[in-house]
Amino acid sequence: MSNLDQDKFHYLLRLADNSLILGHRLSEWAGHGPILEEDIAMSNIALDLIGQSRGFYTYAGTIENKGRTEDHLAYFREARQFKNLMLLEQPNGDFGKTMVRQFLFDAYCKPLYRELSNSKDETIAALAAKSLKEVTYHLRHASEWMIRLGDGTEESHTRVQKSLEDLWKFTGEMFDNSEVELRLIENNIAIDNSSLKSEWNKTIAEILKIAGLTKPDSERFMSSGSFVGNHTEHLGYILAEMQSLPRTYPGAEW
Amino acid sequence: MYSTEKIVEFLNEIPDPEVPAISIVELGVVREVNLIDDGVQIKMTPTYSGCPALKVMEDDIRDKLSSKGITNIEIEMVYSPAWTTDWMSETTREKLRVYGIAPPEKGVSDKSILFSEGKKIMQCPFCGSTETTLTSSFGSTACKSLYFCENCIQPFEHFKCI
Repeated sequence: MSNLDQDKFHYLLRLADNSLILGHRLSEWAGHGPILEEDIAMSNIALDLIGQSRGFYTYAGTIENKGRTEDHLAYFREARQFKNLMLLEQPNGDFGKTMVRQFLFDAYCKPLYRELSNSKDETIAALAAKSLKEVTYHLRHASEWMIRLGDGTEESHTRVQKSLEDLWKFTGEMFDNSEVELRLIENNIAIDNSSLKSEWNKTIAEILKIAGLTKPDSERFMSSGSFVGNHTEHLGYILAEMQSLPRTYPGAEW
Repeated sequence: MYSTEKIVEFLNEIPDPEVPAISIVELGVVREVNLIDDGVQIKMTPTYSGCPALKVMEDDIRDKLSSKGITNIEIEMVYSPAWTTDWMSETTREKLRVYGIAPPEKGVSDKSILFSEGKKIMQCPFCGSTETTLTSSFGSTACKSLYFCENCIQPFEHFKCI
């Protein structure tokens, strides 16, 4: 693999892991949603995300050229090899917390995929353009819930505000650029994450204002380092469950 | 060996597994049919990244073409250009409506999808009333949303625009 391909491989894992881990988290709601429509909505969004991750993993495997498929990359890597944003591995909590996590990520993902659809790498551009259409729906859905819950009852408002405070420290690293990304940005393949921040801030401010929620202090401590494999303890538990079947019965099919 | 037109005709006999009123060709997921050595190469694109029906469509294509005596069938997934409901013809849209699914509108820009779907005027496919409300943007399949008609007092599905 050339150095550039190696960088692309790692960048694709980042994109794929983001979608897979959030998709898996949302799938935990299947059968447990507060109302039928939301159960279906979260399963639909999970499907979109897992579908997106398949595209990214498959392309990563092609670039690596060692015969690893999407399944190898999803099921046979350790927690320290995963590159997903820490925000996405955070537990679902209550429905409000799930929506806050979704909102914070979708508001970042939408401009990311829009910009990535101009990537010099045609496959990344195509996958991003596809994902953008889906994320647009996801963001609207999460935004509407932010408004409904923030501007709902005292109970819903308090809970959502608390979730916002709890998850805020994981939003900082969305706008960091790893060394891999810096090199890919120079080659017009990846997007400078810091360039997405103003749009993200605008979306967040706009929705929180309508929802009557308060934006947490942006100067506070931010966790970082997921691109190089630093995660919260929650990721290991997700992988233990998600990977148990293929690791116990390698090659299992049904 | 068959001509590409004939192959497309065969594929047009395969119903969408989730919306059997239209074929997979009418749905727009079959992007290209090429004749190759002793067989056929088909390029497909997913409607939604995670559409669970995609695998079924692939299997259906293999079954259909095998039954016509074609042995070498290559199916390749392409992502660009991304699938859009704009590719559906007027005839296809009418088939959806008759089947009870409100068809997608043409050429909806990104902005109007965000925040305004609830305010979009949606015609009930059963009674034609526009007194309808959006119940959920996510329906029984990835490609549909749920509406309710206040006039005939019943729910219906809408094929989402993307």
